[in-house]
Amino acid sequence: MSCRECGLCSGKDAINDNKANLRVLLMGNPNVGKSVFFSRLTGAHALSSNYPGTTVGFTQGIIKYKNFCASLIDVPGAYTLDPTNEAEEIARRIIGEGADRVVLVIDATALERNLVMALQVLAYHIPTVIALNMTDEARHKGILLDVEGLSRELGVPVFQTVATTGSGISELVEGLVDDAAVSSINEMTKEERWQKIGEIIANVQTVTHRHHTFLDRIEDISANPLFGGLAGVLILAVGFAVIRIAGEGLIAYVFDPIFAKLWLPLLDAMKDALGDGVVRDILIGKLFDGSIDLEQSMGVLSTGFYVEFGMVLPYIISFYAVLSFLEDFGYLPRLAVVFDALLHRFGIHGYAIIPTLLGFGCNVPGILATRVLESERERFIAATLISVGVPCVSIQAMLTATLGGYGAGYVAAVYAVLFCVWVLLGRIMNLMLPGFSPELIVEIPPYRIPSLKAWMTKLWFRIKGFFLEATPLVLGGILLVNILDMLGVLEAVGRFLAPIFKGVLDLPPQAAVPIVMGIFRKDIAMGLLIPLDLTAHRMFVAVIVLAMTFPCIATFVVLWKELGVKRMLAASALMMTAAMTTGGVLNVLLRLM
Amino acid sequence: MKLTELNDGERAIIVALPDGEAAQRLEAVGLHVGKEIEKISCMPFGGPVTVLLDGRHFAVSHGVAREIEMKSRACNK
Repeated sequence: MSCRECGLCSGKDAINDNKANLRVLLMGNPNVGKSVFFSRLTGAHALSSNYPGTTVGFTQGIIKYKNFCASLIDVPGAYTLDPTNEAEEIARRIIGEGADRVVLVIDATALERNLVMALQVLAYHIPTVIALNMTDEARHKGILLDVEGLSRELGVPVFQTVATTGSGISELVEGLVDDAAVSSINEMTKEERWQKIGEIIANVQTVTHRHHTFLDRIEDISANPLFGGLAGVLILAVGFAVIRIAGEGLIAYVFDPIFAKLWLPLLDAMKDALGDGVVRDILIGKLFDGSIDLEQSMGVLSTGFYVEFGMVLPYIISFYAVLSFLEDFGYLPRLAVVFDALLHRFGIHGYAIIPTLLGFGCNVPGILATRVLESERERFIAATLISVGVPCVSIQAMLTATLGGYGAGYVAAVYAVLFCVWVLLGRIMNLMLPGFSPELIVEIPPYRIPSLKAWMTKLWFRIKGFFLEATPLVLGGILLVNILDMLGVLEAVGRFLAPIFKGVLDLPPQAAVPIVMGIFRKDIAMGLLIPLDLTAHRMFVAVIVLAMTFPCIATFVVLWKELGVKRMLAASALMMTAAMTTGGVLNVLLRLM
Repeated sequence: MKLTELNDGERAIIVALPDGEAAQRLEAVGLHVGKEIEKISCMPFGGPVTVLLDGRHFAVSHGVAREIEMKSRACNK
């Protein structure tokens, strides 16, 4: 039974009042359904996913059953307590700090491998219960396990569970409170451990033949070099098509009506109440024939809100809906395999495709997700590549708005150029930066049909994350840029840089200010560039330069936070150099054509 | 014979792992000396090798797979 169902205490209160002075650890290999257990046991939600390694750092919740109240710690998934990565390092540190109980989650479909850590954990002599999870899947795979035998071998109670359906959970909690036992297993050497595991497996596991299921067959197809690659491209293409259709649908039928019927009348009332003045200029912005234009007024509450919530948010929702589905389905690690050969040449391994895809939604969560990569060097390369070569939803909206009128070919060309820049810059960084790239060794989880509830929860968490992490920075940035604009700072910078834009990019002086402002606010760039009536080629060059610079001030801040000042400045310098070089080269090429 | 040299679908036993940190990570996921695995496929252009171990798939980068020494079961007899 979960905390929410019991309702005796509020989890928050218990943490605050320190009532829960018992400490329970939830441990297990990556990808065994640990996070699902966590949300079942506490009622709180941790991000659960099919991609190994998404829970570095740990989550804490409250577990409450009858008179038993304890804090439950979701320890990062680890294959072994002889650390081979950061997550395992953290896992060992947490158990080293001691605990009153351990819930050890073991994947019934991979008992042998799971026993490695199980034996290590049991040697800490903390009262433990074992959740033998995915027993349904093991049965389908023809793996039969002697649960009582396993319990005898390990000296602690073992409960069969299926976390996704909740089966066996209440027995597990009861067992945790009443029957958790200390095993007599002691620390052993690697060789002793493998021998012991061999004995246990021989005693408790029987594997029978079984037929291939439909999901098995598509697993085989996605590991095939030819079809795997084709499927990768196809799935991404279909994914982006779905994102676009769903995003446009949300805008047309949900968000635009909300803005027209609710937000605009509110702003109108505010406009009249504020009268002329600085405050109105900042919040509402310019008026057109006395009324507000959500796309061009440029105020924090008018254009700022509209671009952030009316144009970007719908795409964020549809983007994360598709990405979370692919993640829960188990496709993303396969994509990592398909892209490893390419990304390895950039000095990052295939894992980096996940943050990169996230970056297509919003660069901020993309850059945050580079935490799944192992070394500082990899993180720098991946984060820089995302901020320069991966256009976020907001940039994509800008380039459709500015270039769409000149023909879809120009829009497609921007994507092509960005892809080439991404490849070239990746190569260059890998050659220039000292160090080497780590190798990919990753488990590819079986395909699973995602549960609707887990998928909705994850989607909700991602959208909430976007609000909490990106939105304050974006709106704060808009406010700052508006103030700088009113003080004439941006115009001065623009005028100062105009000769460079003219010389390198062949852009008229009037375009300099929009580009400088556009570096901080892409929404302003479209509003200001469109009225200039640039030729198609000039607009193309201007948009490329804008697309390669930071999506917004928020990306700049998050790079600073994640990489530190020095690396952030290095990334910025690379970005400006790359943007100006690409713009200059394209300018020359287009003139030759 | 190295892991990369196996044919797709061929089963063989791991004889030796590469030195250093990679070996630790391979052992951690269950790919240790003496285990029989099946090579499923290898992605083109130096991409990762996918192997099957006890019904689970693992991908191992080309650089590491090149260093894993294998022997076929037949040689054993």
